[in-house]
Amino acid sequence: MTLPTHGEMVTRAAPALDAGLPVRSGLGLKSPHFRDVLETQPDVGFFEVHAENYFVEGGPFHHALTRIRERYALSVHGVGLSIGGAEPLDRGHLDRLARLLARYEPQSFSEHLAWCRHGGDFFNDLLPIAYDERALERVCAHIDQVQDRLRRRLLLENPATYVAFAASTLAEADFITAVVRRTGCGLLLDVNNVHVSCVNHHWDPAAYLRALPLDAVGEIHLAGFAEDRDGAGDLLLIDHHGAPVAAAVWALYAEALELTGPVATLIERDNDIPAFAVLLAEAHEAERYLAQAAVPARRARP
Amino acid sequence: MSDQAGFANALRDRLAPCPAGLTTWNGSDPAARLAVYRNNVWVSLIDALADGFPVTQALVGADFFRAMAQCFIAAQLPRSALLAEYGADFPDFIAGFAPADPVPYLADVARLELLRVRAYHAADADPVAPERLQLALSQPETLGQWGLRLHPSLSVLASDYAVVALWAAHQGVGDLGAVDPSRAETALVLRAGLEVEVIRLAAGAAGFIQQVLAGACLGAAVEQAMARAADFDFSEMLALLLRTGAITDLVPPEQAAS
Repeated sequence: MTLPTHGEMVTRAAPALDAGLPVRSGLGLKSPHFRDVLETQPDVGFFEVHAENYFVEGGPFHHALTRIRERYALSVHGVGLSIGGAEPLDRGHLDRLARLLARYEPQSFSEHLAWCRHGGDFFNDLLPIAYDERALERVCAHIDQVQDRLRRRLLLENPATYVAFAASTLAEADFITAVVRRTGCGLLLDVNNVHVSCVNHHWDPAAYLRALPLDAVGEIHLAGFAEDRDGAGDLLLIDHHGAPVAAAVWALYAEALELTGPVATLIERDNDIPAFAVLLAEAHEAERYLAQAAVPARRARP
Repeated sequence: MSDQAGFANALRDRLAPCPAGLTTWNGSDPAARLAVYRNNVWVSLIDALADGFPVTQALVGADFFRAMAQCFIAAQLPRSALLAEYGADFPDFIAGFAPADPVPYLADVARLELLRVRAYHAADADPVAPERLQLALSQPETLGQWGLRLHPSLSVLASDYAVVALWAAHQGVGDLGAVDPSRAETALVLRAGLEVEVIRLAAGAAGFIQQVLAGACLGAAVEQAMARAADFDFSEMLALLLRTGAITDLVPPEQAAS
Protein backbone atom coordinates (compact mmCIF):
# COMPACT_ATOMS: atom_id res chain seq x y z
CA MET A 1 0.00 0.00 0.00
CA THR A 2 1.32 3.39 -0.89
CA LEU A 3 0.26 6.68 0.51
CA PRO A 4 -0.10 9.73 -1.63
CA THR A 5 2.82 12.06 -1.33
CA HIS A 6 2.30 15.64 -0.48
CA GLY A 7 4.54 18.58 -0.97
CA GLU A 8 6.24 20.23 1.90
CA MET A 9 5.15 19.27 5.35
CA VAL A 10 3.66 21.48 7.96
CA THR A 11 5.95 24.14 9.30
CA ARG A 12 3.65 25.55 11.98
CA ALA A 13 4.04 23.53 15.14
CA ALA A 14 0.84 21.94 16.40
CA PRO A 15 0.09 23.36 19.84
CA ALA A 16 0.96 20.99 22.66
CA LEU A 17 -2.49 20.62 24.17
CA ASP A 18 -3.55 18.05 21.58
CA ALA A 19 -3.45 14.56 23.00
CA GLY A 20 -5.95 13.42 20.40
CA LEU A 21 -8.97 11.18 20.72
CA PRO A 22 -8.55 7.50 21.58
CA VAL A 23 -8.48 5.34 18.46
CA ARG A 24 -11.93 3.96 19.07
CA SER A 25 -15.48 4.65 18.01
CA GLY A 26 -17.48 7.40 19.62
CA LEU A 27 -21.01 8.75 19.64
CA GLY A 28 -22.60 12.15 19.32
CA LEU A 29 -24.02 13.05 22.73
CA LYS A 30 -27.70 13.97 22.56
CA SER A 31 -29.74 15.27 25.48
CA PRO A 32 -32.35 12.45 25.27
CA HIS A 33 -29.46 10.07 26.00
CA PHE A 34 -27.92 11.86 29.00
CA ARG A 35 -29.62 9.53 31.44
CA ASP A 36 -28.71 6.35 29.51
CA VAL A 37 -25.08 7.36 29.41
CA LEU A 38 -24.84 8.41 33.05
CA GLU A 39 -26.70 5.38 34.38
CA THR A 40 -25.30 2.62 32.17
CA GLN A 41 -21.79 4.01 31.53
CA PRO A 42 -21.59 2.32 28.13
CA ASP A 43 -18.28 1.22 26.65
CA VAL A 44 -17.82 4.09 24.19
CA GLY A 45 -14.44 5.43 23.14
CA PHE A 46 -15.47 9.09 23.31
CA PHE A 47 -18.42 11.43 23.03
CA GLU A 48 -18.80 14.41 20.75
CA VAL A 49 -20.94 17.49 21.35
CA HIS A 50 -21.89 20.45 19.21
CA ALA A 51 -20.12 23.39 20.79
CA GLU A 52 -22.98 25.87 20.35
CA ASN A 53 -25.41 23.72 22.36
CA TYR A 54 -23.12 24.28 25.35
CA PHE A 55 -22.83 28.06 25.01
CA VAL A 56 -25.64 28.18 27.57
CA GLU A 57 -24.74 29.18 31.14
CA GLY A 58 -25.82 26.21 33.23
CA GLY A 59 -28.51 23.62 33.72
CA PRO A 60 -28.87 19.99 32.63
CA PHE A 61 -26.58 20.23 29.58
CA HIS A 62 -23.54 21.25 31.60
CA HIS A 63 -24.55 19.01 34.48
CA ALA A 64 -24.54 15.97 32.21
CA LEU A 65 -21.47 16.91 30.20
CA THR A 66 -19.43 17.59 33.33
CA ARG A 67 -20.17 14.10 34.64
CA ILE A 68 -19.69 12.44 31.27
CA ARG A 69 -16.39 14.26 30.75
CA GLU A 70 -15.12 12.77 34.05
CA ARG A 71 -15.42 9.31 32.51
CA TYR A 72 -14.97 9.76 28.77
CA ALA A 73 -12.78 11.42 26.20
CA LEU A 74 -14.50 14.35 24.51
CA SER A 75 -14.61 15.94 21.09
CA VAL A 76 -16.07 19.44 20.75
CA HIS A 77 -17.46 19.98 17.28
CA GLY A 78 -18.37 23.49 16.19
CA VAL A 79 -21.12 24.12 13.69
CA GLY A 80 -21.40 27.90 13.76
CA LEU A 81 -18.01 29.57 13.39
CA SER A 82 -18.37 30.31 9.66
CA ILE A 83 -14.73 29.66 8.82
CA GLY A 84 -15.53 29.88 5.13
CA GLY A 85 -17.41 33.14 5.57
CA ALA A 86 -16.51 36.26 3.60
CA GLU A 87 -16.97 38.29 6.77
CA PRO A 88 -14.60 38.43 9.75
CA LEU A 89 -15.08 35.74 12.38
CA ASP A 90 -17.44 36.58 15.23
CA ARG A 91 -15.11 37.33 18.14
CA GLY A 92 -17.84 36.79 20.69
CA HIS A 93 -18.39 33.32 19.28
CA LEU A 94 -14.68 32.63 19.43
CA ASP A 95 -14.55 33.81 23.06
CA ARG A 96 -17.40 31.49 23.97
CA LEU A 97 -15.57 28.63 22.27
CA ALA A 98 -12.42 29.45 24.22
CA ARG A 99 -14.35 29.36 27.51
CA LEU A 100 -16.01 26.06 26.60
CA LEU A 101 -12.70 24.44 25.65
CA ALA A 102 -11.05 25.74 28.82
CA ARG A 103 -13.87 24.28 30.89
CA TYR A 104 -13.96 20.79 29.36
CA GLU A 105 -10.42 20.37 27.97
CA PRO A 106 -11.60 18.13 25.12
CA GLN A 107 -9.17 15.88 23.27
CA SER A 108 -10.32 17.33 19.97
CA PHE A 109 -11.89 20.47 18.53
CA SER A 110 -13.24 20.53 15.01
CA GLU A 111 -15.13 22.85 12.68
CA HIS A 112 -16.37 22.92 9.09
CA LEU A 113 -15.13 24.15 5.76
CA ALA A 114 -18.31 26.15 5.26
CA TRP A 115 -20.00 29.44 6.06
CA CYS A 116 -23.20 30.04 8.00
CA ARG A 117 -23.25 33.76 8.78
CA HIS A 118 -23.78 36.82 6.63
CA GLY A 119 -24.81 40.39 7.38
CA GLY A 120 -25.26 39.49 11.05
CA ASP A 121 -27.72 36.70 10.25
CA PHE A 122 -27.01 33.11 11.27
CA PHE A 123 -28.36 30.58 8.78
CA ASN A 124 -28.00 27.39 10.82
CA ASP A 125 -26.70 25.44 7.83
CA LEU A 126 -23.29 24.61 6.42
CA LEU A 127 -23.08 26.59 3.20
CA PRO A 128 -20.66 25.98 0.32
CA ILE A 129 -17.76 28.12 -0.81
CA ALA A 130 -16.09 28.66 -4.16
CA TYR A 131 -12.59 27.19 -4.18
CA ASP A 132 -10.31 29.93 -5.43
CA GLU A 133 -7.16 31.68 -4.22
CA ARG A 134 -9.11 34.42 -2.47
CA ALA A 135 -11.12 31.86 -0.50
CA LEU A 136 -7.96 29.92 0.29
CA GLU A 137 -6.35 33.00 1.82
CA ARG A 138 -9.49 33.87 3.74
CA VAL A 139 -10.01 30.36 5.13
CA CYS A 140 -6.35 30.06 6.11
CA ALA A 141 -6.43 33.46 7.85
CA HIS A 142 -9.55 32.41 9.76
CA ILE A 143 -8.02 29.10 10.81
CA ASP A 144 -4.82 30.85 11.90
CA GLN A 145 -6.96 33.21 13.98
CA VAL A 146 -8.92 30.32 15.53
CA GLN A 147 -5.83 28.26 16.34
CA ASP A 148 -4.06 31.29 17.79
CA ARG A 149 -7.06 32.29 19.91
CA LEU A 150 -7.87 28.78 21.11
CA ARG A 151 -4.21 27.82 21.36
CA ARG A 152 -4.89 24.41 19.92
CA ARG A 153 -5.04 22.60 16.64
CA LEU A 154 -8.34 22.53 14.83
CA LEU A 155 -9.59 19.62 12.75
CA LEU A 156 -11.31 20.89 9.61
CA GLU A 157 -14.17 18.82 8.23
CA ASN A 158 -14.59 18.25 4.50
CA PRO A 159 -18.07 19.41 3.45
CA ALA A 160 -21.11 17.79 1.91
CA THR A 161 -22.31 20.10 -0.86
CA TYR A 162 -25.15 20.31 -3.38
CA VAL A 163 -23.91 22.99 -5.77
CA ALA A 164 -20.54 23.90 -7.26
CA PHE A 165 -19.23 27.31 -8.33
CA ALA A 166 -18.08 28.46 -11.73
CA ALA A 167 -15.52 30.59 -9.87
CA SER A 168 -13.74 27.56 -8.37
CA THR A 169 -10.23 27.14 -9.69
CA LEU A 170 -9.17 24.36 -7.30
CA ALA A 171 -10.59 20.90 -6.74
CA GLU A 172 -12.11 20.57 -3.29
CA ALA A 173 -9.56 18.01 -2.09
CA ASP A 174 -6.69 20.17 -3.35
CA PHE A 175 -8.16 23.19 -1.59
CA ILE A 176 -8.38 21.23 1.66
CA THR A 177 -4.84 19.97 1.24
CA ALA A 178 -3.58 23.51 0.76
CA VAL A 179 -5.43 24.69 3.89
CA VAL A 180 -4.00 21.86 5.97
CA ARG A 181 -0.47 22.48 4.72
CA ARG A 182 -0.59 26.25 5.22
CA THR A 183 -2.25 26.34 8.63
CA GLY A 184 -1.12 23.12 10.26
CA CYS A 185 -4.71 22.23 11.05
CA GLY A 186 -5.81 18.61 10.93
CA LEU A 187 -8.50 16.94 8.87
CA LEU A 188 -11.77 15.61 10.16
CA LEU A 189 -12.52 13.12 7.40
CA ASP A 190 -16.29 12.87 7.08
CA VAL A 191 -16.68 9.73 4.98
CA ASN A 192 -20.41 10.29 4.56
CA ASN A 193 -19.68 13.77 3.19
CA VAL A 194 -17.18 12.26 0.75
CA HIS A 195 -19.86 9.88 -0.48
CA VAL A 196 -22.57 12.54 -0.62
CA SER A 197 -20.40 15.08 -2.45
CA CYS A 198 -19.03 12.49 -4.87
CA VAL A 199 -22.55 11.41 -5.84
CA ASN A 200 -23.77 15.00 -6.02
CA HIS A 201 -20.90 16.23 -8.18
CA HIS A 202 -20.14 13.02 -10.07
CA TRP A 203 -16.66 12.76 -8.57
CA ASP A 204 -14.71 9.52 -8.11
CA PRO A 205 -14.65 8.85 -4.35
CA ALA A 206 -11.47 6.75 -4.52
CA ALA A 207 -9.61 9.56 -6.26
CA TYR A 208 -11.12 12.22 -3.99
CA LEU A 209 -10.10 10.28 -0.90
CA ARG A 210 -6.53 9.83 -2.15
CA ALA A 211 -6.22 13.52 -3.00
CA LEU A 212 -6.95 14.51 0.63
CA PRO A 213 -4.13 15.09 3.14
CA LEU A 214 -4.76 11.74 4.81
CA ASP A 215 -1.69 12.00 7.03
CA ALA A 216 -3.50 14.84 8.85
CA VAL A 217 -6.69 12.92 9.66
CA GLY A 218 -7.43 13.19 13.39
CA GLU A 219 -10.98 11.88 13.35
CA ILE A 220 -13.48 10.24 11.02
CA HIS A 221 -17.22 10.93 10.89
CA LEU A 222 -19.82 8.42 9.71
CA ALA A 223 -23.47 9.32 9.26
CA GLY A 224 -26.58 8.66 7.22
CA PHE A 225 -27.97 10.57 4.25
CA ALA A 226 -31.33 10.99 2.55
CA GLU A 227 -32.02 10.56 -1.16
CA ASP A 228 -33.52 13.25 -3.35
CA ARG A 229 -33.50 14.11 -7.06
CA ASP A 230 -32.08 17.22 -8.71
CA GLY A 231 -33.65 19.28 -11.53
CA ALA A 232 -32.56 16.71 -14.13
CA GLY A 233 -33.92 13.79 -12.12
CA ASP A 234 -30.46 12.61 -11.11
CA LEU A 235 -29.76 11.29 -7.63
CA LEU A 236 -28.99 14.02 -5.09
CA LEU A 237 -27.91 12.95 -1.61
CA ILE A 238 -28.76 15.09 1.40
CA ASP A 239 -26.43 14.98 4.40
CA HIS A 240 -29.18 14.92 7.03
CA HIS A 241 -27.71 12.74 9.82
CA GLY A 242 -31.10 11.16 10.28
CA ALA A 243 -30.48 7.55 9.24
CA PRO A 244 -28.09 4.68 9.94
CA VAL A 245 -24.74 4.65 8.12
CA ALA A 246 -25.35 3.34 4.58
CA ALA A 247 -23.60 0.28 3.13
CA ALA A 248 -21.79 2.43 0.56
CA VAL A 249 -20.40 4.61 3.36
CA TRP A 250 -19.25 1.61 5.40
CA ALA A 251 -17.42 0.36 2.28
CA LEU A 252 -15.80 3.75 1.73
CA TYR A 253 -14.88 3.83 5.42
CA ALA A 254 -13.05 0.50 5.06
CA GLU A 255 -11.21 1.93 2.05
CA ALA A 256 -10.30 5.06 3.97
CA LEU A 257 -9.00 3.05 6.93
CA GLU A 258 -6.71 1.13 4.59
CA LEU A 259 -5.13 4.47 3.72
CA THR A 260 -5.10 6.09 7.15
CA GLY A 261 -4.86 3.17 9.54
CA PRO A 262 -7.24 3.13 12.52
CA VAL A 263 -8.59 6.58 13.43
CA ALA A 264 -11.04 7.72 16.11
CA THR A 265 -14.44 7.38 14.44
CA LEU A 266 -17.71 9.06 15.30
CA ILE A 267 -21.23 7.85 14.55
CA GLU A 268 -23.23 11.05 13.97
CA ARG A 269 -26.98 11.17 14.41
CA ASP A 270 -28.63 14.54 14.79
CA ASN A 271 -32.16 13.90 13.52
CA ASP A 272 -34.70 11.16 14.15
CA ILE A 273 -32.57 10.16 17.11
CA PRO A 274 -33.15 6.49 17.96
CA ALA A 275 -32.77 4.66 21.27
CA PHE A 276 -29.24 4.83 22.65
CA ALA A 277 -28.75 1.08 22.12
CA VAL A 278 -29.26 1.53 18.37
CA LEU A 279 -26.43 4.05 18.18
CA LEU A 280 -24.26 1.92 20.44
CA ALA A 281 -24.65 -0.98 18.01
CA GLU A 282 -23.45 1.26 15.16
CA ALA A 283 -20.48 2.35 17.25
CA HIS A 284 -19.63 -1.31 17.84
CA GLU A 285 -19.85 -1.93 14.11
CA ALA A 286 -17.31 0.85 13.57
CA GLU A 287 -15.04 -0.78 16.15
CA ARG A 288 -15.08 -3.97 14.09
CA TYR A 289 -13.80 -1.99 11.11
CA LEU A 290 -11.17 -0.34 13.29
CA ALA A 291 -10.00 -3.71 14.56
CA GLN A 292 -9.67 -5.01 11.03
CA ALA A 293 -7.88 -1.99 9.71
CA ALA A 294 -4.27 -2.73 9.03
CA VAL A 295 -1.90 -0.46 10.88
CA PRO A 296 -0.06 1.33 8.10
CA ALA A 297 3.67 1.50 7.95
CA ARG A 298 4.98 4.56 9.77
CA ARG A 299 4.72 7.42 7.43
CA ALA A 300 8.00 9.03 6.58
CA ARG A 301 8.52 12.49 7.98
CA PRO A 302 10.88 14.78 6.18
CA MET B 1 -22.50 42.26 -3.98
CA SER B 2 -20.25 39.41 -2.86
CA ASP B 3 -20.97 35.79 -3.85
CA GLN B 4 -22.11 35.05 -0.34
CA ALA B 5 -24.39 38.09 -0.21
CA GLY B 6 -26.29 36.81 -3.26
CA PHE B 7 -26.42 33.31 -1.82
CA ALA B 8 -27.63 34.68 1.52
CA ASN B 9 -30.39 36.67 -0.19
CA ALA B 10 -31.55 33.57 -2.00
CA LEU B 11 -31.73 31.72 1.33
CA ARG B 12 -33.73 34.50 2.98
CA ASP B 13 -36.17 34.97 0.14
CA ARG B 14 -37.45 32.14 -2.00
CA LEU B 15 -38.51 34.66 -4.66
CA ALA B 16 -34.97 36.05 -4.94
CA PRO B 17 -33.13 35.03 -8.11
CA CYS B 18 -30.77 32.07 -8.00
CA PRO B 19 -27.30 33.60 -7.49
CA ALA B 20 -25.10 33.67 -10.57
CA GLY B 21 -22.16 31.34 -10.88
CA LEU B 22 -23.65 28.13 -9.46
CA THR B 23 -22.95 25.03 -11.50
CA THR B 24 -24.03 21.40 -11.55
CA TRP B 25 -22.19 18.43 -13.08
CA ASN B 26 -25.17 17.43 -15.22
CA GLY B 27 -26.23 20.89 -16.32
CA SER B 28 -29.40 20.67 -14.25
CA ASP B 29 -30.95 23.87 -12.92
CA PRO B 30 -28.86 24.88 -9.87
CA ALA B 31 -31.99 26.47 -8.36
CA ALA B 32 -33.30 22.99 -7.54
CA ARG B 33 -30.11 22.23 -5.62
CA LEU B 34 -30.00 25.65 -3.99
CA ALA B 35 -33.47 24.81 -2.69
CA VAL B 36 -31.89 22.07 -0.55
CA TYR B 37 -29.94 24.72 1.35
CA ARG B 38 -32.95 26.99 1.67
CA ASN B 39 -35.01 24.09 2.94
CA ASN B 40 -32.31 23.17 5.48
CA VAL B 41 -32.25 26.73 6.80
CA TRP B 42 -36.00 27.17 7.12
CA VAL B 43 -36.93 23.70 8.32
CA SER B 44 -34.17 23.63 10.92
CA LEU B 45 -35.24 27.03 12.29
CA ILE B 46 -38.94 26.11 12.31
CA ASP B 47 -37.99 22.88 14.12
CA ALA B 48 -35.93 24.85 16.63
CA LEU B 49 -38.96 27.03 17.42
CA ALA B 50 -41.23 23.98 17.61
CA ASP B 51 -38.80 22.41 20.11
CA GLY B 52 -38.90 25.48 22.33
CA PHE B 53 -42.65 26.15 22.10
CA PRO B 54 -44.39 22.75 22.16
CA VAL B 55 -47.55 23.85 23.97
CA THR B 56 -47.89 26.92 21.78
CA GLN B 57 -47.74 24.54 18.83
CA ALA B 58 -50.25 22.13 20.40
CA LEU B 59 -52.74 24.97 20.97
CA VAL B 60 -52.90 25.94 17.30
CA GLY B 61 -51.80 22.75 15.55
CA ALA B 62 -48.58 22.04 13.68
CA ASP B 63 -49.69 23.53 10.33
CA PHE B 64 -50.67 26.88 11.82
CA PHE B 65 -47.62 26.95 14.09
CA ARG B 66 -45.18 26.23 11.27
CA ALA B 67 -46.76 28.88 9.03
CA MET B 68 -46.53 31.38 11.89
CA ALA B 69 -42.93 30.38 12.60
CA GLN B 70 -42.11 30.91 8.95
CA CYS B 71 -43.45 34.47 9.11
CA PHE B 72 -41.35 35.08 12.23
CA ILE B 73 -38.19 33.73 10.56
CA ALA B 74 -38.85 35.93 7.52
CA ALA B 75 -38.94 38.89 9.88
CA GLN B 76 -35.97 37.85 11.99
CA LEU B 77 -33.28 35.28 11.31
CA PRO B 78 -31.13 34.22 14.30
CA ARG B 79 -28.35 36.68 15.12
CA SER B 80 -26.28 34.09 16.95
CA ALA B 81 -25.42 30.42 16.64
CA LEU B 82 -26.81 29.89 20.12
CA LEU B 83 -30.23 28.70 18.99
CA ALA B 84 -31.48 28.37 22.58
CA GLU B 85 -31.73 32.17 22.44
CA TYR B 86 -33.56 32.24 19.12
CA GLY B 87 -37.22 32.81 19.78
CA ALA B 88 -36.71 35.48 22.45
CA ASP B 89 -38.88 37.78 20.32
CA PHE B 90 -41.28 35.07 19.16
CA PRO B 91 -43.94 35.70 21.85
CA ASP B 92 -44.09 39.41 20.98
CA PHE B 93 -44.31 38.46 17.33
CA ILE B 94 -47.23 36.16 18.12
CA ALA B 95 -48.96 38.97 20.03
CA GLY B 96 -48.91 41.04 16.86
CA PHE B 97 -49.70 38.18 14.48
CA ALA B 98 -53.26 38.89 13.35
CA PRO B 99 -54.17 35.32 12.30
CA ALA B 100 -53.58 34.26 15.93
CA ASP B 101 -56.05 36.84 17.29
CA PRO B 102 -58.76 34.20 17.89
CA VAL B 103 -56.38 32.62 20.44
CA PRO B 104 -55.69 35.67 22.62
CA TYR B 105 -53.75 33.69 25.23
CA LEU B 106 -51.30 32.23 22.69
CA ALA B 107 -48.63 34.90 23.14
CA ASP B 108 -48.64 34.49 26.93
CA VAL B 109 -48.35 30.71 26.67
CA ALA B 110 -45.37 31.34 24.38
CA ARG B 111 -43.95 33.75 27.00
CA LEU B 112 -44.25 31.02 29.59
CA GLU B 113 -42.47 28.53 27.34
CA LEU B 114 -39.71 31.05 26.63
CA LEU B 115 -39.18 31.47 30.38
CA ARG B 116 -39.02 27.68 30.71
CA VAL B 117 -36.29 27.43 28.06
CA ARG B 118 -34.36 30.21 29.77
CA ALA B 119 -34.77 28.57 33.16
CA TYR B 120 -33.56 25.25 31.76
CA HIS B 121 -30.28 26.76 30.54
CA ALA B 122 -29.82 29.46 33.21
CA ALA B 123 -26.68 29.64 35.31
CA ASP B 124 -26.33 27.24 38.23
CA ALA B 125 -26.46 28.51 41.80
CA ASP B 126 -26.47 26.64 45.10
CA PRO B 127 -29.25 27.21 47.62
CA VAL B 128 -28.39 29.44 50.55
CA ALA B 129 -26.49 27.72 53.35
CA PRO B 130 -28.86 26.64 56.18
CA GLU B 131 -26.77 28.40 58.80
CA ARG B 132 -27.16 31.73 57.02
CA LEU B 133 -30.92 31.21 56.93
CA GLN B 134 -30.89 30.33 60.64
CA LEU B 135 -28.97 33.49 61.36
CA ALA B 136 -31.57 35.69 59.67
CA LEU B 137 -34.52 33.87 61.23
CA SER B 138 -32.94 34.08 64.68
CA GLN B 139 -33.19 37.88 64.61
CA PRO B 140 -36.90 38.56 64.16
CA GLU B 141 -36.45 42.26 64.94
CA THR B 142 -34.22 42.78 61.87
CA LEU B 143 -35.58 39.98 59.63
CA GLY B 144 -37.62 42.46 57.60
CA GLN B 145 -34.47 44.37 56.62
CA TRP B 146 -32.76 41.37 55.01
CA GLY B 147 -32.63 41.06 51.24
CA LEU B 148 -33.08 37.87 49.22
CA ARG B 149 -31.09 36.67 46.25
CA LEU B 150 -33.11 34.37 44.03
CA HIS B 151 -31.96 31.68 41.61
CA PRO B 152 -30.88 32.93 38.15
CA SER B 153 -33.49 30.65 36.55
CA LEU B 154 -36.38 32.25 38.46
CA SER B 155 -38.91 34.49 36.76
CA VAL B 156 -42.54 35.52 37.14
CA LEU B 157 -45.13 35.88 34.39
CA ALA B 158 -48.32 37.76 35.24
CA SER B 159 -50.94 37.00 32.60
CA ASP B 160 -54.54 38.00 31.94
CA TYR B 161 -55.04 34.35 30.96
CA ALA B 162 -54.87 30.96 32.62
CA VAL B 163 -51.35 30.26 31.36
CA VAL B 164 -50.44 27.81 34.11
CA ALA B 165 -53.60 25.72 33.70
CA LEU B 166 -53.26 25.77 29.89
CA TRP B 167 -49.65 24.69 30.12
CA ALA B 168 -50.29 22.04 32.78
CA ALA B 169 -53.15 20.51 30.80
CA HIS B 170 -50.63 19.73 28.06
CA GLN B 171 -48.43 17.92 30.59
CA GLY B 172 -51.29 15.61 31.51
CA VAL B 173 -52.23 17.65 34.58
CA GLY B 174 -55.90 18.65 34.48
CA ASP B 175 -58.39 18.65 31.66
CA LEU B 176 -57.83 21.19 28.89
CA GLY B 177 -61.56 21.28 28.19
CA ALA B 178 -62.23 22.35 31.77
CA VAL B 179 -59.77 25.27 31.68
CA ASP B 180 -61.27 28.75 31.52
CA PRO B 181 -58.55 30.55 29.56
CA SER B 182 -59.81 33.98 30.54
CA ARG B 183 -59.02 33.48 34.24
CA ALA B 184 -55.93 35.56 35.05
CA GLU B 185 -52.95 33.63 36.45
CA THR B 186 -49.43 34.43 37.52
CA ALA B 187 -46.75 31.82 36.90
CA LEU B 188 -43.54 31.24 38.78
CA VAL B 189 -40.94 29.56 36.56
CA LEU B 190 -37.73 28.22 37.99
CA ARG B 191 -35.33 25.32 37.79
CA ALA B 192 -35.25 23.21 40.94
CA GLY B 193 -32.22 20.97 40.59
CA LEU B 194 -32.41 19.87 36.95
CA GLU B 195 -36.18 20.19 36.54
CA VAL B 196 -37.95 23.33 35.40
CA GLU B 197 -41.11 23.91 37.43
CA VAL B 198 -44.14 26.00 36.59
CA ILE B 199 -46.07 27.02 39.71
CA ARG B 200 -49.27 29.06 39.94
CA LEU B 201 -48.81 31.96 42.35
CA ALA B 202 -51.60 33.50 44.38
CA ALA B 203 -51.82 37.30 44.17
CA GLY B 204 -49.92 37.87 47.42
CA ALA B 205 -47.09 35.48 46.55
CA ALA B 206 -46.78 37.03 43.09
CA GLY B 207 -46.50 40.47 44.66
CA PHE B 208 -43.90 39.25 47.12
CA ILE B 209 -41.61 37.70 44.50
CA GLN B 210 -41.95 40.63 42.12
CA GLN B 211 -40.87 42.94 44.96
CA VAL B 212 -37.91 40.73 45.82
CA LEU B 213 -36.87 40.56 42.18
CA ALA B 214 -37.06 44.36 42.10
CA GLY B 215 -34.60 44.47 45.01
CA ALA B 216 -36.96 45.09 47.94
CA CYS B 217 -36.03 43.80 51.39
CA LEU B 218 -38.18 41.16 53.05
CA GLY B 219 -40.28 43.59 55.08
CA ALA B 220 -41.20 45.75 52.10
CA ALA B 221 -41.96 42.68 50.00
CA VAL B 222 -44.25 41.24 52.66
CA GLU B 223 -45.98 44.61 53.00
CA GLN B 224 -46.68 44.70 49.26
CA ALA B 225 -47.89 41.10 49.33
CA MET B 226 -50.27 41.83 52.20
CA ALA B 227 -51.58 44.91 50.41
CA ARG B 228 -52.45 42.71 47.44
CA ALA B 229 -53.86 39.84 49.45
CA ALA B 230 -54.57 40.03 53.17
CA ASP B 231 -54.27 36.25 53.46
CA PHE B 232 -50.65 36.21 52.20
CA ASP B 233 -48.79 33.55 54.17
CA PHE B 234 -45.09 34.31 54.48
CA SER B 235 -44.15 30.94 55.97
CA GLU B 236 -45.86 29.15 53.06
CA MET B 237 -43.97 31.37 50.62
CA LEU B 238 -40.70 30.68 52.38
CA ALA B 239 -41.38 26.94 52.34
CA LEU B 240 -41.96 27.01 48.57
CA LEU B 241 -38.76 28.98 47.95
CA LEU B 242 -36.74 26.66 50.18
CA ARG B 243 -38.19 23.48 48.68
CA THR B 244 -37.21 24.62 45.19
CA GLY B 245 -33.78 25.90 46.21
CA ALA B 246 -34.84 29.32 44.91
CA ILE B 247 -33.08 31.33 47.63
CA THR B 248 -29.39 31.46 46.82
CA ASP B 249 -28.37 34.03 49.39
CA LEU B 250 -29.62 36.27 52.17
CA VAL B 251 -28.30 39.79 52.28
CA PRO B 252 -27.86 41.18 55.82
CA PRO B 253 -29.57 44.50 56.70
CA GLU B 254 -26.42 46.61 56.45
CA GLN B 255 -25.93 45.49 52.81
CA ALA B 256 -29.55 45.27 51.68
CA ALA B 257 -30.68 48.12 49.44
CA SER B 258 -34.05 48.98 50.96
